[in-house]
Amino acid sequence: MIEVKNVTKSFGDLTVLHDISAVFESGKTNLIIGQSGSGKTVLMKSVIGIHQVDEGQILYDGRDLAKMTKKEVGILRREVGMLFQGSALFDSMTVEQNVRFPLEMFSDKSKQEWDDRVAFCLNRVGLSHAAKLYPAEISGGMQKRAAIARAIVLQPKYLFCDEPNSGLDPKTSLTIDQLIHEITAEFDITTIVNTHDMNSVMEIGDKVIFIHKGYKGWEGDKDSIFESGNQDLEDLVFASNLYKKVKKYHNLK
Amino acid sequence: MNFFEHVGKYSRLMAGVFTKPQRWGVLWKQYLKEIEKQGLQSILLTIIISIFIGSAITMQMVLNTENPMLPKYVTGLTTRETLLLEFSSTILCLILAGKVGSNIASEIGTMRITEQIDALKIMGVNAENYLILPKILGFVTIIPVLVIFSMFFGLLGGYIIALTGVLSPSQYVMGIQYAFNPYYVTYSVIKSLFFAFIISSVSSYYGYYAYGGALEVGKASTNAVVNSSIIILLFNVILTDLLLV
Ligand SMILES: Nc1ncnc2c1ncn2[C@@H]1O[C@H](COP(=O)(O)OP(=O)(O)OP(=O)(O)O)[C@@H](O)[C@H]1O
Ligand SMILES: [Mg+2]
Repeated sequence: MIEVKNVTKSFGDLTVLHDISAVFESGKTNLIIGQSGSGKTVLMKSVIGIHQVDEGQILYDGRDLAKMTKKEVGILRREVGMLFQGSALFDSMTVEQNVRFPLEMFSDKSKQEWDDRVAFCLNRVGLSHAAKLYPAEISGGMQKRAAIARAIVLQPKYLFCDEPNSGLDPKTSLTIDQLIHEITAEFDITTIVNTHDMNSVMEIGDKVIFIHKGYKGWEGDKDSIFESGNQDLEDLVFASNLYKKVKKYHNLK
Repeated sequence: MNFFEHVGKYSRLMAGVFTKPQRWGVLWKQYLKEIEKQGLQSILLTIIISIFIGSAITMQMVLNTENPMLPKYVTGLTTRETLLLEFSSTILCLILAGKVGSNIASEIGTMRITEQIDALKIMGVNAENYLILPKILGFVTIIPVLVIFSMFFGLLGGYIIALTGVLSPSQYVMGIQYAFNPYYVTYSVIKSLFFAFIISSVSSYYGYYAYGGALEVGKASTNAVVNSSIIILLFNVILTDLLLV
């Protein structure tokens, strides 16, 4: 569980996050949604500790990020997996070597155990057949899956995904979403996903935090999102013509 | 950014590079890869340019030493001095700055703009140390080998020219042995160690702080080559003053 308490973050004169509080639960996919420029990425980077917050606290299972020593932050890093918008696979390494890399860097287990773990993770994301290929040789969806395998290889407690669906077609997006969702529940990870994709919200929104212009606008789950009564949220949810039409159609009935 | 800001940022980067590696085994593996990539893959280029430059220098020396007052072996001798003192260290390193420097800068720059460096950091890897240290160590290790190769093949190039009849091969061989000062080789090797450090660290610097898109990686790589070349030339003067004069 990650708790964000009254976090405020500014860059110079520009205050990007205003007094945000939220609880991200373990075993659940927690979504941060909001318009482009609303502050989703800044919030995620503040939680990870790439940005230092001006006010407020970030608690990882009760451990205050700001009060950790350098060594404790180092240990925390090993408990964190991150999925980047562009996958960020190491392009000089094969898929298998990418997944193995965190083990080589941080694990004290035997080589045999590494092999088993890598094979397990690749199998889990359905990429066993592509183990020997380089990132440039596989599709965007496969790259995302490889990145997920790399992110979970050290059995993280916390998983961060910044727009995991960007650049993917709707069907592939769905598979990636489902994979993130399943893994989260299976290994009891606290997962935070940034998205503005309403399909993702409907598919995997165990918990949804809506950020609007740097303020927390709403909090709930995917089922209550239509009854939020929040105009800004409705504008985001029904932004697409498809949704507008669906809504109109339902109102007609 | 002005000159002093660059120097400050570069120094901070180097402070991060020269720290204790998180895994010695990983460093070793990366180090061997770099020796292969920067060193072994530069050998052929080194051999080719050295043979050609050695031949050209020899032909020019034949013309420059045509004076009947000068003994015939002077052609070989002057060729040797030019190669040993300047070509096989400074000029070779300028050429390698183009090959190795642009390679390093574009590799690291691409890793930067595609968030691979952020990925390393979030995993808790010391990215500066992991990425840059093996490159510097690898290139500094292999450069003396390249320099010695260059000297040998440069002199061989001259011999090949001698065989074509421009001058007598035996006079040439005598010339390249005459009054040989081994310290010149040491001097060249010492210079090349500095140059290799400059090429690998300056190029890493430009790659590491690339920002933006693919175009920026290209710019970083150009900056890396241009600036390491200028710094090499500057250090060439300083080192020659310290080591030779
Ligand atoms: N390093 C920074 N320095 C200054 N301002 C920043 C920085 N990072 C983000 N901002 C500003 O903070 C605001 C929120 O940006 P952020 O990237 O969090 O938006 P976002 O919700 O993730 O948008 P998107 O959906 O487009 O990714 C923007 O106005 C942006 O310009
Ligand atoms: Mg963003």
